[in-house]
Amino acid sequence: MAEIRERGMNDRIRRLRKQSVETQPHIYIERAVLETEAYKMYEGKVSVPELRALTLKHIFSHKKLYIGDGELIVGEKGDYPQAAPTFPELCCHTLEDMHNMNDRKVVNFTVTDEDLKIQAEQIIPYWEDRSMRKKILDSMTDQWRDAYAAGIFTEFMEQRGPGHTVGSVKIYEKGYLDYQQDIQAALAKLDYMNDPEALDKRNQLNAMSIACDAIMILGKRYADLAREMAAECTDEQRKRELLQIAANCDVVPAHRPETFYQAIQTYWFTHLAVTTELNPWDAYSPGHFDQHLAPFYERDTEAGILTRDQALELMECLWVKFYNQPAPPKVGITLKESSTYTDFANINTGGVTPEGEDGVNEVSYIILDCMDEMKLVQPNSNVQISRKNPQRFLKRACEVAREGWGQPAFYNTEAIIQELMNAGKSLEDARKGGCSGCVETGAFGNEAYILQGYFNLPKIFELTLFNGVDPMTGKQLGPQTGDPRTFTTFDQLWDAYTKQIDYFLDIKVRGSNVIEGLYARYMPVPFLSILTNDCIARGKDYNAGGARYNTSVIQGVGTGTIADSLAAIKYNVYDHHNFTMDEILTAMEDDFQGHERILNLVRNRTPKYGNDDDYADGLMKKVFNYFLDDVCARPNMRGGMYRVDMLPTTCHVYFGDVMIASPNGRLAHKPVSEGISPEKGADTHGPTAVIRSCAKMDHLRTGGTLLNQKFTPEVVAGETGLDNMANLIRTYFNMDGHHIQFNVVGRKTLLAAQQHPEEYRDLIVRVAGYSDYFRNLDKPLQDEIIERTEQSFGAY
Amino acid sequence: MSAPLIFNIQKYSIHDGEGIRTTVFFKGCPLSCRWCHNPESQRWQKELMYYASRCTGCGACVAACPEKAVAFDPQSRTVTTDRALCRACGACTDACVHSAREAAGREYELRELVRELEKDRMFYEQSGGGITLSGGEALAQDMDYIEDLVRRLHGRGYSVDIDTCGHVPYEHIRRVLPYVDTFLYDIKLLDPEAHRRWTGVDNGLILENLKRLSGDGGKIDIRMPLVAGVNAEDAYIRDVIAFLRDNRIRVRRVCLLKYHDTGSGKYPQLGRPYEKDAMAVPDQDFLDRAAATFRENGFPNTQIGG
Repeated sequence: MAEIRERGMNDRIRRLRKQSVETQPHIYIERAVLETEAYKMYEGKVSVPELRALTLKHIFSHKKLYIGDGELIVGEKGDYPQAAPTFPELCCHTLEDMHNMNDRKVVNFTVTDEDLKIQAEQIIPYWEDRSMRKKILDSMTDQWRDAYAAGIFTEFMEQRGPGHTVGSVKIYEKGYLDYQQDIQAALAKLDYMNDPEALDKRNQLNAMSIACDAIMILGKRYADLAREMAAECTDEQRKRELLQIAANCDVVPAHRPETFYQAIQTYWFTHLAVTTELNPWDAYSPGHFDQHLAPFYERDTEAGILTRDQALELMECLWVKFYNQPAPPKVGITLKESSTYTDFANINTGGVTPEGEDGVNEVSYIILDCMDEMKLVQPNSNVQISRKNPQRFLKRACEVAREGWGQPAFYNTEAIIQELMNAGKSLEDARKGGCSGCVETGAFGNEAYILQGYFNLPKIFELTLFNGVDPMTGKQLGPQTGDPRTFTTFDQLWDAYTKQIDYFLDIKVRGSNVIEGLYARYMPVPFLSILTNDCIARGKDYNAGGARYNTSVIQGVGTGTIADSLAAIKYNVYDHHNFTMDEILTAMEDDFQGHERILNLVRNRTPKYGNDDDYADGLMKKVFNYFLDDVCARPNMRGGMYRVDMLPTTCHVYFGDVMIASPNGRLAHKPVSEGISPEKGADTHGPTAVIRSCAKMDHLRTGGTLLNQKFTPEVVAGETGLDNMANLIRTYFNMDGHHIQFNVVGRKTLLAAQQHPEEYRDLIVRVAGYSDYFRNLDKPLQDEIIERTEQSFGAY
Repeated sequence: MSAPLIFNIQKYSIHDGEGIRTTVFFKGCPLSCRWCHNPESQRWQKELMYYASRCTGCGACVAACPEKAVAFDPQSRTVTTDRALCRACGACTDACVHSAREAAGREYELRELVRELEKDRMFYEQSGGGITLSGGEALAQDMDYIEDLVRRLHGRGYSVDIDTCGHVPYEHIRRVLPYVDTFLYDIKLLDPEAHRRWTGVDNGLILENLKRLSGDGGKIDIRMPLVAGVNAEDAYIRDVIAFLRDNRIRVRRVCLLKYHDTGSGKYPQLGRPYEKDAMAVPDQDFLDRAAATFRENGFPNTQIGG
């Protein structure tokens, strides 16, 4: 992959990118040490919000700084690229955890002996009984713990803070001195005569002001360091660059940025502060970065102080910065649900302006060029597509996406706006919103939309089929809703399933309410609160309901698997009497070994979700609607409501691993379906049928859904290929689809498809002037297609 | 006549006309081109397709066949089917747990077919696509059915293209003409004798229909399969150009379709021989030259591929 490591518009970027990609992620223990010092100094002497802000200030006052050779944008979370801080206040890693991080094959982090010593001597003794993870697990019920251990749901805040939120235009409109004035004004307005919370508000606002000091100290230290380095630098050009960095850091983050360059630098300082203050699952995102930067770009290019290439170079420098920050290390179930270094910083290019006009500008195209050139999985660079956006923009995004690395993903602006308005946001706030994380809809800068955990819909059906008993362990986890062998109608089975869903949602929501309360009390985030409307005006923390909108989100997983499992039983047991309930249950327990007839029936002779067939799609709707209604009727503890997303990150793998075989022929421990995509191999009627099936779900009632489409390069080759891709996207979005992304598969996948055709039944390849399912081709022809795959995208 | 047999409804069809289309493949064709890459399209009856690579030799099909047409050879652990006895009734395909046996061809009631084709309406409308009737030969089916189908689809505002070999009574073409957007009209060979040898029929009717269709204002895309050993020759290209010009055929586009032997695997599935040696893939130089010749001689809208 040598070629890939050498990407970048010039030598500087290529060098920086290479360093970032080739450096092994490692633990950065200094944050934990500084935090422990701060807690020892202040805990018990100041209010909790002030304690948190003083901790951030202590870290930023004393942490090691880093300015790499050739860097134009400065600031690292650690002391070097790929250094991941730990957050013992959230999760106090045991020495065994640390060894695991070091030794595990994937998503590993180097841990040195010195790190281990510090962890053992300084961190563990102070934090093991204080961490949020301990507090959370101690506060949960036995039912919660059992369900959690069985993989019925996960818990996002078990070792990460609430967050993964998105910045608004505010970051570029004010400096932190300006915010301090806003905070002073709010302090002056506190009503000690009538407001019983006035003191709490004062503490919170003081904390925000201290957090402003913290980031300004960081900026000043970087200005000083850059000047020192410049003084010693013998290379004239680098000297000038370092002095420019110093000059930038004299302005931002204390003052509002004056140039494009400073705007990017101030975003980056802000990003570091949010993600150093706490680990907000896991990142902070620039949101509508193109729209925020456009005024600076226009002004600077008109003034002749910035060229397009310089703007692109700065953008590529920022991309390296994002890539330098692996998501903080995770362990246990949380590692399984999100097994990746990806920090989920998500950029929404395109969309509409707050006034509802086309939001695409020249910076949008610069960002696409940057994505295309850099090809880094982090930041998660995506596009919002509005019907108002030019076709040229959509096609340029398709051109980048068809190169087969999953980015950009495509979000539907009109759907996002309706989703947000359906969830109570104003039209203007909805237009300013977008997606973060994977696909999660939020009102950027105005909302705390906190993900609570994944919810394993197929696993709950499995429990239903065994009368509430987990067939993996024999343990009675759910209520006894009846032995399905005694059910004479599908409706009886459905009633039992809904009772189980109700039962586990009650457990999940009860737990989430308690956890949110724990965060409000022990882990306020004064810095993030500065940036989120209306925390200053309300004198309330982001984690305590200070935001304008406060939402809690549960993510449903396994759409395709549950739809097909319901269909397998309804169709074969109740409608056509192809086999009995007892037979399918036995087949599941035997992992279909010796039950080839049943396996054939459920795999090949039963309607399946993803084929535009109302039988299976109707069952998908039935389970989706039930789950959504059940979740969305529930208030959270921050003055908002629970809502639903349909996405898995990597949790579909974990959720499949905790299950025996499913009725649809999915074998034991195999992943369940991901996002709202059909079960692997279930869709056999091409992309339009998949899209039609997926669009039968009412996306507008969700907070986001995720759909993957696979193609080989030749299907999307040439100008016609781009048009087809663009038309698929526009049509899906006309149907109110929320999100779609493309995997343009390479040789490796084709080879795997040749070995395991049953798992790749949906894979379409261009043969010769036409396209066909790969599985339908003879081996020699498959070989030929494998040979010619990974060619260029010239006209075909 | 009962409802025609359809052996495939191909969605997201992007090489059979403009935009994103759904292509309906009717079963049964008056021609039997020896290079045909969909040999299951040629006969008018349902046919059994047998995928030897999926067969484990379990013998379930032998027991299931009511005609005793299937035999199992325990030595080689393979299955043979006596095609003379097989009615493609589907008993063995139901019994086969490995999907090694499938029946090609099923009937669609007209309303069911229209409902199926309407599913992708939004894709057609977004992309300027529609529906393509192909085959086999759509215009050699029950014409009451076809006319009704095309009229209904047209009435609902969809573009309907017909991919035709042209060897049908002109009356069939005339009946659908008002409702068809574009005819994807095949020219395979100009020499009548060679045409008979390679496709089984004379080309007189085909060429005559093409002239009449053009005269009646039909929108025409000429599609030419080019097979080395059959017609991939410069002289033939020049002859076709001369024919089109002499007869003032109004052509919207010429598509040069490069022969490929991707259908060769289907012949053994149907228990038929494939004359691999008689035909070959034409070289790219020839195709480029042929396209250039068309473009230089009054057919600027010529492309390689569909």
